[in-house]
Amino acid sequence: MERLADLLLLLVLLFGFLILGTTRLTTCIRAVAVQGGLLGLLPLVLHPQWSVHTLGLAAGTILVKAIVLPAFLIWAIRESAVRREVEPRVGYVASLVLGIFAVAVAGAVATRLPVPGEHPVLLVTTSLACVIMGLQVLATRAKALLQVVGYLMLENGIYVFGLTSLDRVPFLVEIGVLLDVFVGVFIMGIVVFHINREFDSLDSARLTELRD
Amino acid sequence: MLLLALILVPALGAAGAYGRGTRQSGWLVSTAAIHLMLVATLWWAPPAAVLDGWLALDPLGLVVLSVVSVLFFVVATYAVGYVRRERVGRGFASWLLAFLAMASLVAMSHHLALLWVGMEGTTLALAPLIFQRRDRRSLEAVWKYLVLSSVGIALALLGTFFLSTAQGDDPGVRPLVLEDLITHAALLHPVWLKAAFVFLLVGYGTKLGLAPLHTWKPDTYGEAPALVGGLMAGGLTSCAFLGIARVTEVAVAAGLGQFVQPPLVIFGLLSLAVAAAFVVGQTDVKRLLAYSSVEHVGLLVLGLGLGGVGVYGSVLHLVNNAVVKGLLFLAVGNAVLVVGPATTTSPSSGGGVLRAVPVSGVLLLLGLFAVTGSPPFGMFLSEFTIVRAAWAGGHPWIAGTTLALLAVIFIGVGAMMLGMLYGPAPVSGPRARESAWLVAGPAALVVGAVALGIAIPSPLQQLLARAATALGGSAP
Repeated sequence: MERLADLLLLLVLLFGFLILGTTRLTTCIRAVAVQGGLLGLLPLVLHPQWSVHTLGLAAGTILVKAIVLPAFLIWAIRESAVRREVEPRVGYVASLVLGIFAVAVAGAVATRLPVPGEHPVLLVTTSLACVIMGLQVLATRAKALLQVVGYLMLENGIYVFGLTSLDRVPFLVEIGVLLDVFVGVFIMGIVVFHINREFDSLDSARLTELRD
Repeated sequence: MLLLALILVPALGAAGAYGRGTRQSGWLVSTAAIHLMLVATLWWAPPAAVLDGWLALDPLGLVVLSVVSVLFFVVATYAVGYVRRERVGRGFASWLLAFLAMASLVAMSHHLALLWVGMEGTTLALAPLIFQRRDRRSLEAVWKYLVLSSVGIALALLGTFFLSTAQGDDPGVRPLVLEDLITHAALLHPVWLKAAFVFLLVGYGTKLGLAPLHTWKPDTYGEAPALVGGLMAGGLTSCAFLGIARVTEVAVAAGLGQFVQPPLVIFGLLSLAVAAAFVVGQTDVKRLLAYSSVEHVGLLVLGLGLGGVGVYGSVLHLVNNAVVKGLLFLAVGNAVLVVGPATTTSPSSGGGVLRAVPVSGVLLLLGLFAVTGSPPFGMFLSEFTIVRAAWAGGHPWIAGTTLALLAVIFIGVGAMMLGMLYGPAPVSGPRARESAWLVAGPAALVVGAVALGIAIPSPLQQLLARAATALGGSAP
């Protein structure tokens, strides 16, 4: 089971790199959807004695992060007939190099931190790397839709860290967190849709009317 | 059960008010009144904790809950007049009531992850209200608000998980429950606790609008309807401050007082400095109020960071801030409703608010003195307490810097507002009567602001003192 968990975590990281390196918007959304699906499987693998808690969490995560939200975002792209390229502020190669740097930093921090219990260091490394990559996407991609993707990556990273203390954070709270993410992305998606209608672009860099 | 009712009543009100057109305001006011009455009973009969200690009410929670409830009631009465003049969306009252439900959850949560859920809920509930006008500028504002607040609050979630890691796997301790965190604070792992504090401070600090995490604030307050701005500047900030206060409480109990105080003081002074820099020469009154809000949240964390009697000043300032910000935003809102938005955006074409809306103009003038900390308004007392704490704590340079920055802000706010108030009455726009609904709320808040400055009622004073003691401070 340990090997399987490591494999899933590595895949989560690889799909993170895919988001950094791809030129197409839909690929980004699909990649973050796959990440969500992998995250949904993780509690089942890490806690083999399946309880209602782990099953509910897995089902909820897969439903929200791998199915509903990506479908909604892809719908937003299709409806708003936006240009399908990523158009980054920082180039793809530079983004990937920054991503590798993020993983290195996350690994260094994770080995220094007193990681509790039986959980592998890889879990914390993946979590922190995902958080940094998410922030990186938020900072370096101007398109509003990609900022939503960055936010989802950030949330995915935090979710992975949450798995280290799965027994300690109660089910109700996890469902609350999932619901908040769901509603948050939903509202963001609606705003993205309106931004496109008003500005003929999903480019948040054009949002510059308000300044001092 | 009473505690659950405080969340369920506004939630049910939100469901009932949806799509009721102009009758939304009836739902809004009656739900707010019930909520206020329920909160009032809590002052006499302290309720028992429910849900295994997840929901409980301590002095600080009661302060925040009361502040939010009173402010919300005032805003709800104002909304009656507002809805008659402006077209509002189907969900206007529902989103406001959802905010009340979530803010109550935040005030009563003694489980820090549940606190987070409520905090994110307050953020999301207000987003559609910022987007009320559905034009480019409000679109830009709501986008900045959503992205920055969401990222901030995501970092706070990571901090919450760090805190649960710091707690370890002790079977006798309830995870993330505030009482257990405090009583078993000595067992917390210091490295994780420090990491948790940093992430929670930055996360909830973004929501609070501390400089340099404040960049969403001027845009959002500038574009949101005035009553929403008032609710954000008075209510949302109180909730966010509570989040920071909770983790500070835990860190102080764990003996990390020396670690947590410097960042709080630095954030506080930086916020004051940024506010002073942007208040001077500001041409939009709502953006001016936003920078004034940056100033006041800076004072909140400054008092918390100074410790001692400064914490009391900080909690008192929380109350004053809610009252005065509500007053100012609603009075400015009246000027906008009657004279049109031109008054608030450029003083050259504007001015004459006192002639156009005499009652609201006077209220605005009083609010101007209240917000800059002039006696006899309450803010004078709380600001004075915080500055005195800096002086007494052996930090004369902090006291001096604070006073200097407050003076600059006084001049900046005064110059702009007086330019807006005086002058000939504007010719453009239809002249309209100020309805009683629109002036009653702010007028009541003026009375509150003066009362807090002359004599704080003794039950409130005792409550504030107990809240300050729990946060590691002391009463004067």
